[in-house]
Amino acid sequence: MSPRLVWRKSVSVMMLSLTGVCALAGVSVLLFILGYLLWYGGKYINWDFVTQLPKPVGETGGGMANAIVGSAKLLLLAALTGVPVGFFGGVYLSEFGGKTFAFLVRYTTDLLNGVPSIVMGIFAYTVVVLPMRHFSTLAGGLALGVMMIPIAVRSTEEFLRAIPTALREGALALGASKWKTIVKVVIPAAAGGIVTGIMLDLARVAGETAPLIFTSFNNRFWSSGWNQPIASLPVMIYTYALGPYDDWHRQAWAAGLILLLLVLAANIVARTVLARRSTAREM
Amino acid sequence: MATLQGMSAMEKTPTKMEPDEVSKPSNGRPQPKLLVSALNFFYGKRQALLDVTIQIPENRITGLIGPSGCGKSTFLRTLNRMYEIVPHARAEGRIELDGQNLMELDAMEVRRRVGMVFQKSNPFPKSIFDNVAFGLRVNRIVRRGELHEAVERSLRRAALWDEVKDSLHDSAYKLSGGQQQRLCIARALAVDPEVLLLDEPCSALDPIATAKIEELLFGLKKLCTVVLVTHNMQQAARVADVTGFFLLGRLIEFNTTEVIFKTPASRQTEDYITGRFG
Amino acid sequence: MATPSIAVARPAPSRFPRPGGARAFVERLRSGDEIAHLITLIFASTILFLTAWLVYELWVHSALPRQTFGLGFLTASTWDPVFEHFGALPFIYGTVVTSALGLLIAVPIGVGAAIFLAELAPHGISEALTFSIELLAAVPSVIIGLLGIFVLVPILRKVVEPFLKATLGFLPFFQGPAFGIGFLAAGLILAIMVVPFIISISRGILLAVPTEQREAALALGATKWESTWKVVVPYARTGIMGSVFLALARALGETMAVTMVIGNDPKISASLFAPGYTIAAAIANEFTEATGDLHLQALIELGLVLFFLTILINAFGRILILVTTRKGTSRE
Ligand SMILES: Nc1ncnc2c1ncn2[C@@H]1O[C@H](COP(=O)(O)OP(=O)(O)OP(=O)(O)O)[C@@H](O)[C@H]1O
Ligand SMILES: [Mg+2]
Repeated sequence: MSPRLVWRKSVSVMMLSLTGVCALAGVSVLLFILGYLLWYGGKYINWDFVTQLPKPVGETGGGMANAIVGSAKLLLLAALTGVPVGFFGGVYLSEFGGKTFAFLVRYTTDLLNGVPSIVMGIFAYTVVVLPMRHFSTLAGGLALGVMMIPIAVRSTEEFLRAIPTALREGALALGASKWKTIVKVVIPAAAGGIVTGIMLDLARVAGETAPLIFTSFNNRFWSSGWNQPIASLPVMIYTYALGPYDDWHRQAWAAGLILLLLVLAANIVARTVLARRSTAREM
Repeated sequence: MATLQGMSAMEKTPTKMEPDEVSKPSNGRPQPKLLVSALNFFYGKRQALLDVTIQIPENRITGLIGPSGCGKSTFLRTLNRMYEIVPHARAEGRIELDGQNLMELDAMEVRRRVGMVFQKSNPFPKSIFDNVAFGLRVNRIVRRGELHEAVERSLRRAALWDEVKDSLHDSAYKLSGGQQQRLCIARALAVDPEVLLLDEPCSALDPIATAKIEELLFGLKKLCTVVLVTHNMQQAARVADVTGFFLLGRLIEFNTTEVIFKTPASRQTEDYITGRFG
Repeated sequence: MATPSIAVARPAPSRFPRPGGARAFVERLRSGDEIAHLITLIFASTILFLTAWLVYELWVHSALPRQTFGLGFLTASTWDPVFEHFGALPFIYGTVVTSALGLLIAVPIGVGAAIFLAELAPHGISEALTFSIELLAAVPSVIIGLLGIFVLVPILRKVVEPFLKATLGFLPFFQGPAFGIGFLAAGLILAIMVVPFIISISRGILLAVPTEQREAALALGATKWESTWKVVVPYARTGIMGSVFLALARALGETMAVTMVIGNDPKISASLFAPGYTIAAAIANEFTEATGDLHLQALIELGLVLFFLTILINAFGRILILVTTRKGTSRE
């Protein structure tokens, strides 16, 4: 082997190993985040944390029960506003959409997906908080709901498209009308995928903080109904992390761990289901 | 006679051939450029070549024919060790390039010495010039000042120079299909390979583009040894000096093109030549 | 978002035949088809309507500062709520510097990792690693910020910044007191947040490069690295650029993690150790405390600036990705 060739081969091995290092770096950041939170946040999670209200400023102890329920309420509201638009929009794009209009809708959806979450917060602020003159669960839920739309549309469309034409033709040939075919055959066949896609979508907005800090704001107490400000896990983490008390920091870690586990669990379940489905289809 | 022992043992069909036709280049010395003996090839558990033994004569065009899936491409890829990029692919047997064991040489070295042109033309999305210069640059074959000259020489050998000399820095994708394939030939020739493997280079081309490539193959004989896989029997009959017939992973018959097409020894060859199957 | 969805602007022919004519229309109406069409159409239109409404709200509620400052809003460098002087330059500066820094770190690592996953790693390992990298993309930004202030910032303050000052201190970027919080911390945090995007999109694009390209290079005697770096990556270049633009759009709009580590000080400093401010962080911090209408509307105008910036960069990135993936498939 000529020296030149030896050199070229060493460069090749070196550079390719470097790319491996890059990939490992990416993965180890995830492992570090997970490990650190488990180790640090795990210490501070206890029964009180999930059942008690926050203690008044300066006192130690207490929990974030209201924030956990608050996040759930916000997500419910988000799903109620975002999912119908996303789902029917996706059905339109996959089953009814023509050329120009569907292109417009699809493109707008992608642009909406790129809008920073804080801007969504401003939107919810101007359309809900300003007219009502106070922060509310409603405003926060709407902000998250709008954020859910783009992914809900696109994933619904993708899963409906994946249903083979033969299945539709089969139903049509039996004399079913188009919409009956869609409702009775196409949507049920794609239902698993669509639900999984929406689950991923929910997991994504569950961790959003920016659109909530000036819409649903925060609340040290239970929030009844939909008209009051409400606590949520992400906002609590933000507030407590930046607060001056050690006990708040500890609670922020605990809340961080709970939020991370919820989000990752939803992601792992959904992605595993999706991977299974796609390999099943290939076979 | 050595050229044919493997397959005659395999098929038990005695084959005759004129020794000076095949194994003796013009200088009168018998010169097999590539010597393959008892080659078995596996994709995982699946065997794609069975006991192939063949001697590829220097400065000749060797045609390889056979029905789809019989292992022609696989065989070609063992000759420059390109099969190694397929996971779980494995070759057993011996291949010699000028008497050196191919497997003991360095793979990059082998591929520089044994060039390859693929079925689908695959120019890089770069300029015509950069395409031809690619191999010269990575292998540092010529000095920087001589690069242009070397590129021109290769393009001339591939009979493309006159068509592209004014647009060397245009994208290669602007060329027609036939021109792109000749560009790929020029790119392969640029590194001065001793052997050029062509895997159905004309299958995607119209008759005129095909004729151009066949014509340039005749010229290439002087420069290097050519192995041409083709589906098209007329093409093999037109350009190949010697022809091998593959069937289900075996080399059924290997002889001068004239013998293969006029008086094949094997029944299977005859059936294939006369279009009774494949 | 966890899995980046790429705008594939393919024409979508309806999958059902549509016979024309009035009789057929009545027929379809009776069977419910037209009603179903109409209902879904209304929801689809809602998306267009919402987007238009969003722009309208941002526009209307930022009228005051537009009238008061005009384009000077973008170029003035004082942000003083007390005297109601609002200039966005420190925020724009902070946003650009932190995003640029984040990309500077994230692009080499992201593209490197994508090369490994697409070209080198065996299928199973590549899938598993990609899975975890997509999980990393799903980690909420407030959690990254939490680790940022309690883990990254102390390390920067005690170790990294003193070290950089000692070795590269002659450069203006690495001077001044080491606070820990500041541009450098925000840039690093952004790098962590956008790297998964770059990896997962670039990997997809590299996987779409035809095998023939690799074969052509290897058959000329190129090494694996030469074939990857001189042929495969250039072939995918436009698409990788697209992924970088999508990552940039995300970095520009990223709010919480940055707010938690940047120091929130509307100053323009050359030093990366200095605290700064970004557009998104300013909105997050000052919105609930805004005193007068002008202050609030100035914040909304910041939102408008951010909106247009990210939309433009996003659209551009998507077009680039579309162009490459098309190139890969249309040359059959
Ligand atoms: N990468 C691979 N993995 C597994 N099996 C393969 C692979 N490539 C080829 N084969 C199998 O090996 C056998 C020989 O294939 P090969 O491509 O060599 O045939 P061929 O003679 O070139 O056919 P064609 O004329 O269609 O190009 C075929 O049965 C094919 O299915
Ligand atoms: Mg073949």
